[in-house]
Amino acid sequence: MARRDSARSGWLLSAPALAILFLAASGPLLVVLIYSFLVKGQYGGVIWEFSSDAWFEVFFTRDIFSDEVSLADAHLAIFWRSVKLSLMTTAITFAVGFPTAWFIATRPPNRRALWLFLITIPFWTNLLIRTFAINEVIRNEGILNTLLIRAGLIGRPIQILYTDTAVLIGMTYVYLPLMVLPLFAAIDRFDMRLLEAAYDLYASRWQVLRRIILPLVRPGIVAGSILVFVPSLGAYVTPRVLGGGKNMMIGNFIELQFGQGRNWPLGAALSMLLLAIVMVALLIYVRAASRESGHG
Amino acid sequence: MGRSFDVTSLPGVTFVAGLAFLALYAPIVTLVAYSFNDANAISVWGGFSFRWYEAAWANREVQSATARSLVIASAASVIATSVATMAALGTTRRAAFRGQTFIYVAINQPLMVPEIVTAVALLIVFASVKVATGYAGLGYLILAHSAFCIPFAYLPIRARLEGMDLSLETAAADLYANPWQTFRHVTLPLLAPGIVAGAMLAFVISLDDVVITEFVKSAGQDTLPTYMLGQMRRAITPEVNAISTALLGLTVALLTVFFLLTRKRG
Repeated sequence: MARRDSARSGWLLSAPALAILFLAASGPLLVVLIYSFLVKGQYGGVIWEFSSDAWFEVFFTRDIFSDEVSLADAHLAIFWRSVKLSLMTTAITFAVGFPTAWFIATRPPNRRALWLFLITIPFWTNLLIRTFAINEVIRNEGILNTLLIRAGLIGRPIQILYTDTAVLIGMTYVYLPLMVLPLFAAIDRFDMRLLEAAYDLYASRWQVLRRIILPLVRPGIVAGSILVFVPSLGAYVTPRVLGGGKNMMIGNFIELQFGQGRNWPLGAALSMLLLAIVMVALLIYVRAASRESGHG
Repeated sequence: MGRSFDVTSLPGVTFVAGLAFLALYAPIVTLVAYSFNDANAISVWGGFSFRWYEAAWANREVQSATARSLVIASAASVIATSVATMAALGTTRRAAFRGQTFIYVAINQPLMVPEIVTAVALLIVFASVKVATGYAGLGYLILAHSAFCIPFAYLPIRARLEGMDLSLETAAADLYANPWQTFRHVTLPLLAPGIVAGAMLAFVISLDDVVITEFVKSAGQDTLPTYMLGQMRRAITPEVNAISTALLGLTVALLTVFFLLTRKRG
């Protein structure tokens, strides 16, 4: 097929998909960017005048009486909580996910598919259902507290629900498969004979882990970390159901601006900021991934 | 012959992995078990019963939310799969062309942008369109779902296409089949498992969506997941467990078929 024909039919065949994506995915993102530079309407919506107030408001507050400018502590606290909880989620899912992925990858080949399938079922299960399942476990009258009280370990239920801990438990639970799957893919490619060689040369277990396994499965670690960090940072359902009204993350704070907050430009600016952070994380991933493949 | 030292074993791995699988499944199993609970409260076990399934089944809101979910998921998966099949045919098995990477990135864009950002973007745009046109039907939800389902439909179809070589199509052309006949009688039957797999993934993804639906829907357009989210704000009854279990069963059934379809032979 001639190259020019190939390009023309390629574009023509892709056009309907691209049109739908432009209408209901990428196009609206441009509108959000524009909205972040408009003036907020009194009852929601926007007034079509240029203003950088929303972006200013993301980081700073101006005292209504003294006109004094200070850092927007409330906003920064929400950002910090989101980043902190997402990093912790990433760390915990790695600590649990690495042994799990290693376990699956070292099963006999005929049983490996079954273990992998067991990881994929929760992955494809509705996020809301999984969050709700965790809710039932950690509620005051939930399974965890009931068991602990029956065992006589605690006298009264521990309040976990509606705390940052609950959000952390929930996010770790719902995003764990996203860490295990890329780690498994990396470990599966790992040549186990290297371990034999290392032990023959009197390496200790710790040295083997640090000097051989971890460097070689690094692409999987990077991929898993990005796959967990990115949705954690933009999480909306899990903090809403488990965190209650007070423990907001960026996603819930954005929603608030379009609801009770009635500050669409601020919501738009926050959305763009979240998108920018995610894009930086993805760029780091792409660069790390291409460096790896450049070596191989 | 037993080996005294397995080099692939790391200390604590089996223990942590065991805990991980337990932690992954215990909450889901509990949720399913309590959907069969005869008691009114979630925390007390009152014997086995189907009463919450009956209650959910008889609930008008649940009925209409279920119907709406199925209509949206069917329409969105048909649309997404059709356009994704065309796009996959346009971007594989041909000379590389300018803009191919752009198309690839554009198709996968919904996987990269946080859902809450897309949700807000659609809220803004569709709010204006609703005011301008006066139309507030299911079209918006179907369009939004079609868009984020496209990459999920595209990936398995593309994978299937890349594994197919061109010799059969060349043979058909040599035997004077026109391009349409070649596509209809050679390419399409070979591609069918990929298309079915893509359509099923799209269906599951649409059925599960909460965030985008929550922001795009007009009043009275709850789908099953947004209805459940609304219920969680109030006192939760095991009815939500029953709905969750039914949805879970459907997802697992579809996924099992998906894995059987995409399983590598040999």
